[in-house]
Amino acid sequence: MSGRGWIVAGVAGVLGLVTLSSTLYTVSETEQVVITQFGEPMGRPITQAGLHVKVPFAQEANFFDKRWLEWNGNPNQIPTRDKKYIWVETYARWRIADPLLFFERLRDERGAQSRLDDIIDGETRNVIANHNLIEAVRVSNRAFEKYEETEDVMEAEAMRQVELGRDKITRLILEHASHVMPDYGIELVDVQIQRVNYIESVQAKVFDRMISERKRVADRHRSEGQGKSAEVRGKKERELKVIESEAYRKTQEIAGKGDADAAAIYAEAYNRNHELYRFLRSMETYRTAIDKDSSLVLSTSSDLFRYLQSPGAVAGGKGAGKAAR
Amino acid sequence: MMQEARQRLRSSRRGLFTLAIALLVLIVLVGSYYQVEPDEVALVTRFGRYVRTTNPGPHTKIPFGIERVQKVPVQRQLKQEFGFRTARADIQSTFEKDQRTQSESLMLTGDLNVATVEWIVQYKISDPYKYLFKLRDVEETFRLMAEASMRTVVGDHSVTELLTVGREAIAAKAKELLANLCRLYDNGISVQQLVLQDVDPPEAVKPSFNAVNQAIQERERAINEAWAEYNQEIPRARGLAAQKIEAAEGYAIDRVNRAKGDAQRFVAIEEQYRKAPDVTRSRIYLETMSVVLPGAGKKLILDEKTKGILPVFPLAGAPEVKP
Repeated sequence: MSGRGWIVAGVAGVLGLVTLSSTLYTVSETEQVVITQFGEPMGRPITQAGLHVKVPFAQEANFFDKRWLEWNGNPNQIPTRDKKYIWVETYARWRIADPLLFFERLRDERGAQSRLDDIIDGETRNVIANHNLIEAVRVSNRAFEKYEETEDVMEAEAMRQVELGRDKITRLILEHASHVMPDYGIELVDVQIQRVNYIESVQAKVFDRMISERKRVADRHRSEGQGKSAEVRGKKERELKVIESEAYRKTQEIAGKGDADAAAIYAEAYNRNHELYRFLRSMETYRTAIDKDSSLVLSTSSDLFRYLQSPGAVAGGKGAGKAAR
Repeated sequence: MMQEARQRLRSSRRGLFTLAIALLVLIVLVGSYYQVEPDEVALVTRFGRYVRTTNPGPHTKIPFGIERVQKVPVQRQLKQEFGFRTARADIQSTFEKDQRTQSESLMLTGDLNVATVEWIVQYKISDPYKYLFKLRDVEETFRLMAEASMRTVVGDHSVTELLTVGREAIAAKAKELLANLCRLYDNGISVQQLVLQDVDPPEAVKPSFNAVNQAIQERERAINEAWAEYNQEIPRARGLAAQKIEAAEGYAIDRVNRAKGDAQRFVAIEEQYRKAPDVTRSRIYLETMSVVLPGAGKKLILDEKTKGILPVFPLAGAPEVKP
């Protein structure tokens, strides 16, 4: 082959390659393509991944993402219907449902993001501002578990019934925002409230409230402790009295029974001869009752001393112990 | 000479050619080979289109960018942290918290209080195809989903529930919500575990929450002290009572036994007395007198016929007058 032949072949090869690269294009799993001819969209969008063919040079492939795309809201300071200032952060996920329309109306994702900002932030603001704070926080009217210590320190506002709840609020935002989306070839797949927080100044007040609530709870515990311990002490006093008095009752009962039994035994025995008992008992008493401090005046007519006068027997001698009165 | 030069040129050309071929073969070989690690699978796309998934081991593909490989760690337990970051995982791990993690953890409770909640989510990639091709930013979206789920659940619990008994239920509910969201988003992630870490009242409020705990301690202590007193005194009182009762029983038995003794003694004497009453009586009387009289201090024996002696008798110290 001559030198000129080489050159021609080279040029033809390069041209062929350029044409080929302008004819063939690959679409990945995450992409979809709108073909435009001199800027005008042609035919249906290509959503099938793989190798595709187009008219070279005249037609252009415009790639769009097929996946769910991100949109994160700007944290927004919104007053609720009950005049609570809160930060609401939302996020949404959307996809390009109709790339042709999307291409015509918004051109690219940047355009879409700013449109989504307008719509979703606006709807979020509307919906939040039209409802009480509690609606954006709670999901249901589920009753909190009762704790005796916190029962009456709960704010009345927190006990308010929830009409919609967070889920329905986000659904509402999604619905409202979704209305206009088809016009842009966009499908809004989900909107979620990611964060709700008090604004700084409200937060400080909430903290103050929490502190005072806790203080009340703490005071309650303390006085409850005092009350309960007093109760226990009272119970103790009562039981002490019960124990002591019962013991007294029993001892008296038992001792009384003993006394009674003894009395019965004595009575039975001494009844055999009452006079003898009296005599013996008197004798015993003399033994103990008369000591060196006692002075006795005795008569010679008594049994004991009558022999002082005469040793003769005295007829009709009186019984011993006859007192000289 | 000319011949020789041409010869050399030809041979060197041939050498170059073989070198080029060898290089080409090497490039093809290197470009065709890929290896999948044990905890991964590889998704192969040809001209951008998904064609197959390959398991761990060595594999081949069409080179020159016609087939491309994306590896996804399906076996690996992945983790995301909320409200803190592990700076260095070690035996003693260190954690970091900053402005950003703080805003992750600060949230409103159902009773409109504020709490900081830290948690982790462990997950696996259950469907690598969806994981790669369904959402553009899967991991970041997953974070947002997890935050939204956790806040939704915390928003339906009181701060007391959150800080005490509600923890497990809250974690379970948040996991369920997150799993539902994953299903809705179809992102190929399956949530394995959601675990609450530190759950605290906000820093500014913490001391007053601690004060509550302290007050609870105080209450328990006061009650315990009262019970301690109770437990000290009541058994003692019972013991004393039992002692008194025992003593009373002893007294009763003593009384009865003495009575029986006295009675028997009397009966014995009486029986003898009945046999000879006069003698016995006199004996007892006289015996008694013989004991009693020596013991008495002063004794005055009067004859009945002697009158008028009594008035001069000095009755010092008001002595007892006995017959």
